[in-house]
Amino acid sequence: MAPYGSVALYLCVALAAALLFTVLPGLLAKPKPNAHKDEAYECGVEPTSSVSGRFPVRFYLIAMLFVVFDVEAASFYPWAVQMHALRMFGLLEMAVFVVVLGIGYAYVWKKGGFSWR
Amino acid sequence: MDALVATLNAAPLWLVILIKSALLLLVVVTTFAYAMLFERKILGWMQLRPGPNRVGPWGLLQPAADAAKLILKEDLTPKTADPLIYRLAPFISLITAFAVYAVIPFGENNGSLWAIGDVNAGILLLMAISSIGVYGISLGGWASGSKYPLLGSVRATAQMISYELSMSMSFVGVLILAGTTSLAGIVHAQASMWFFIPQCFGFLIYVITAVAETNRTPFDLVEAETELVGGFHTEYSGLRFGSFFIAEYVNMLTVACIATLLFLGGWNAPFGLTMIPGILWFVMKVGAFLFFYMWLRATLPRFRYDRLMAFGWKILLPAATLNLIITALIVALRG
Repeated sequence: MAPYGSVALYLCVALAAALLFTVLPGLLAKPKPNAHKDEAYECGVEPTSSVSGRFPVRFYLIAMLFVVFDVEAASFYPWAVQMHALRMFGLLEMAVFVVVLGIGYAYVWKKGGFSWR
Repeated sequence: MDALVATLNAAPLWLVILIKSALLLLVVVTTFAYAMLFERKILGWMQLRPGPNRVGPWGLLQPAADAAKLILKEDLTPKTADPLIYRLAPFISLITAFAVYAVIPFGENNGSLWAIGDVNAGILLLMAISSIGVYGISLGGWASGSKYPLLGSVRATAQMISYELSMSMSFVGVLILAGTTSLAGIVHAQASMWFFIPQCFGFLIYVITAVAETNRTPFDLVEAETELVGGFHTEYSGLRFGSFFIAEYVNMLTVACIATLLFLGGWNAPFGLTMIPGILWFVMKVGAFLFFYMWLRATLPRFRYDRLMAFGWKILLPAATLNLIITALIVALRG
């Protein structure tokens, strides 16, 4: 039972607890539906249009940039843990990486990828 | 007492871990309940009103009353919603909020750690689990089939993934100093000096991103009442709304625990005050951090969305990168 065994057991207990919270409303709270209750909330008036439609492309761009930069952030981790052993060599290697990262970052900034308007 | 210890030693290991896990979850949920009451009390005092004081002495039974109300409340599903994902989303939020406690250590007694699992990749597992939490919010808002939840959840997703970047970068400075990803190892590395002193910028960045990750004021655009009614959980009622609510507060507690472990010395005692046990120091530090959260809510107004995104990408991300490079430079020069 190395640590991961205990972690797996704990996850089972957490799963059971979360499942309880998900199942309870169906058992205890009796639904009394009617047509107006089942409508989506729109400040008391009837919904005027459907939700699906055009959406600002900004959000899509942010998601793409996140994937790129998050992968790069993940590559800092193994390096950081070994920094005491790598010393100057590690610093220079990472400096090269950060410069490349910085060029990409500056490009996105210049193209307006970070400005919301 | 000896008989109890003997029974425990004789019990199979999996049973002991199972009991420990259930106890830990109970503590987490109870802490949530009273953190919520505490917050309402503090907000009350800061606004010169008494706060909840009707249910039980000093309002102490308020969490129980709230729980009973939420459990018995009618469970509504809009007819435009996707029923399966609508029900799945609060579950995802809740399970990810609970799951991170598998790797968080709370104290140490004669060399044995108070934790479910002492994983040597602790901080990686912690981030991996907690970043799944964004699915609960984005799916919940999307599956509601309603406009305000959709807007709220799209905002939330963009905000959470943007600030997650700076958050993971702010950890790197600590990892450079500690030289390990084990949470217990990071605490041991802070025996002589807590990392919020050499990593003051990292700590500042962590605190800002942590508030944004948990969608709290001043970063609570996710449920900006004046614009979005209730944000991603507008359509939820009863215990499903309660699940999101519990997840938010448990995430706050997690963030306070991480801040304590990584920057505030974990269970190390300050000024050599070792007569107070380490677990109490841990609880006090977490409590202080939670109070800071509530203080923020009472003090600061909300950000504007475009400024929030610009702040995350144009200021926090370069600042976090600069911080880790300077840390690496100092470590490389001084060893």
